[in-house]
Amino acid sequence: MKKIEAIIRKSKFDEVRAALHEADIDFLSWWGVKGQGTAKQGLIFRGIAYDVNAIERIYLSFVVREVNVQKSIDAILRSAYTGESGDGRIFVSAIEQSIRIRTGDRGDESLYDKEQKDA
Amino acid sequence: MKHKIIKYILMFCALFSMPAIAFAQDEPVPVLNSGDTAWIIVATILVMMMTIPGLALFYGGLVRRKNVLSVLMQCLILTAVIIIEWVVIGYSIAFTSVEGGLNAVVGGFDKIFLQGIGIGDLLEGYTIPELLFVSFQGMFAVITPALIVGAFAERIKFSGFLLFSVLWALVVYNPLAHWVWGGGWIGEMGAIDFAGGTVVHINAGISALVMAVLLGKRKGWNVKGVTPITPHNVPFVVIGTALLWLGWLGFNGGSGLAADGLSASALLVTNIAAAAAALTWAALDWVINKKPTVVGFCTGVVAGLVAITPAAGSSGVLGAFVIGIVAGLICFFMVAYVKPKLGYDDSLDAFGVHGIGGIIGSILIGVFATQAITGEGGAQGALYGDWNQLWIQVVATVATIAFSAIMTWILFKIVDAIVGIRATAESESVGLDISEHGEIAYE
Repeated sequence: MKKIEAIIRKSKFDEVRAALHEADIDFLSWWGVKGQGTAKQGLIFRGIAYDVNAIERIYLSFVVREVNVQKSIDAILRSAYTGESGDGRIFVSAIEQSIRIRTGDRGDESLYDKEQKDA
Repeated sequence: MKHKIIKYILMFCALFSMPAIAFAQDEPVPVLNSGDTAWIIVATILVMMMTIPGLALFYGGLVRRKNVLSVLMQCLILTAVIIIEWVVIGYSIAFTSVEGGLNAVVGGFDKIFLQGIGIGDLLEGYTIPELLFVSFQGMFAVITPALIVGAFAERIKFSGFLLFSVLWALVVYNPLAHWVWGGGWIGEMGAIDFAGGTVVHINAGISALVMAVLLGKRKGWNVKGVTPITPHNVPFVVIGTALLWLGWLGFNGGSGLAADGLSASALLVTNIAAAAAALTWAALDWVINKKPTVVGFCTGVVAGLVAITPAAGSSGVLGAFVIGIVAGLICFFMVAYVKPKLGYDDSLDAFGVHGIGGIIGSILIGVFATQAITGEGGAQGALYGDWNQLWIQVVATVATIAFSAIMTWILFKIVDAIVGIRATAESESVGLDISEHGEIAYE
């Protein structure tokens, strides 16, 4: 099991979600974050223009079985890409255990819906 | 062309009001006019709406989310405290007279606790109850210290703020209102301040500047920094601006204390100046920063409203238009260039908009006052060849600036010594909402 996290552009969020859906990844969490990097965001307040380096991004996080890791990464790489500075990052890390609360299923079992499809 | 039409309409109105004046001379006791009274009751409500929720939301939206409640509370408590202060002593100091030369600078104690004012008593020389005038003027007394809130927002201790504001109302606002409107020296000199350019806006604006300088910058404030301190809720700013704009029609439209042609003219020119200043600001934003901003537009509206305030009863359409444009230009310049250059942290630009806007309006009366509005033999400005009024306006403006600045400086030192004014670094950093009021605005 691996956890995949990605920081992506807000403007690319819908495309990334659609691409992950096509890759059969239907369980994911996300939240809006502020951070800093090389990209800048323009802001005007009462006659003064600022170049703010606190920029807004979407942070995605989901856990997948080993078989889905490469598929997920490819989906994000394809859908979140613009080629400009500020496209973001993907992080992959190992997950020790996963338990579905409703059934008590553990490990890979807990990460997909047996009755519906082989996710 | 339009200017001419309005001129004719006003002349027409003037002709019609002449028999009434003649009649009034035969009948020395003026009677209550329900039309006038009804309008001033409405105007009183409108002016109250300017402070809560108008100014409260305008300022509340401009601060960071950790300080929004502190600003709302400051506007709320000033409304309550000044209503009481005004009835107890403020009205008497501002609007009664004392024997001899002292009357030039301060009123007396004849009407403390409003003693002697009955429900049947009319305001001398007018057709509305004096009690209504007390309420109407009380709302001006409320909003003036509330305007200063914009300068020290986000870094003031609540106790220090409250003590300062009450003392300020007592020894700065009340005497100045007497100077200008209550029979004091500025009014007697012939200076025009229709609805509070000197008493309200220059007074609050200059005090705001002094407070901002003495209090020091907010932690982390640096206009050229990478993380500027910016508004937390722009829709609040828009709602606040709209309520201020609407309320201002009562502020200026009611200041003639009657429902007549002058009120109609004041209301009209108020809108013209606000519109002209807002468009000017938006245009400057668009040209200089490539985008017209919402907060910029709102700031322009307020700058125009401030500038036309003293001139609403003496300028016509042309004057209002020019005053609006000049206010938009100069206030933009002050806020966007002069403030960063000089480095004083006037958090919400109480000085840059109210102080500067008030000065512009107060002085430009001396240029644009026209007898089309002030009547035959009335004041007129340099544009019509009379330079005397301009000189009087400059004296009134400079005197107001000096008085406000010195008194505010003294009050700051006194209050700072008694309770302290600046919030602690800790309190400022976690936000005044939680540290001063124990509440959080948004879960």
